Amino acid sequence: MGEKTLTRMDLSEAVFREVGLSRNESADLVESVLQHMSDALVRGEQVKISSFGTFSVRSKAARVGRNPKTGEEVPIQPRRVLTFRPSHLMKDRVADGNKS
Amino acid sequence: MIRSELIQKIADDNPHLYQRDVERIVNTIFDEITDAMSRGDRVELRGFGAFSVKKRDARVGRNPRTGESVPVEEKHVPFFKTGKLLRDRLNGK
Repeated sequence: MGEKTLTRMDLSEAVFREVGLSRNESADLVESVLQHMSDALVRGEQVKISSFGTFSVRSKAARVGRNPKTGEEVPIQPRRVLTFRPSHLMKDRVADGNKS
Repeated sequence: MIRSELIQKIADDNPHLYQRDVERIVNTIFDEITDAMSRGDRVELRGFGAFSVKKRDARVGRNPRTGESVPVEEKHVPFFKTGKLLRDRLNGK
């Protein structure tokens, strides 16, 4: 099993190899894809990528939290969190690829 | 937003590219992430989030209908953690 960490650079390299664009333009396109996805999520939209997975924004209510170190109560404001639900295809591929 | 709408937005921003190339670009990005995780690798996209693989230990499950015990094998599942910048943007910071 791997343990390598890929970054934007690896994704742009893959785009560069796949399509005949410059490395610079490939990097800009990767950035642009992430930007459009982020913008949609910030608008509160769900981002559904077939055979990859679904990103959705959930609203959490305010609650009283506790500082685990001091035991002190702290108010936690209502907030929005992002969840990712992988598609069945991704789950199967990840499960199969990492079988020991 | 769905995959085809994302492709359309990128195509609109880049009128010099063929639609089919934009499709290949977007598909390559998602395929690359899935391929990395299927090898057990992480994909860290600063500001957006990180995809990683988590191990779920073997356990004894239960058939909810019959109550019967069934062994569930160890498995690996995809996991996503939101990046700080995106988390802040979701909350208007």
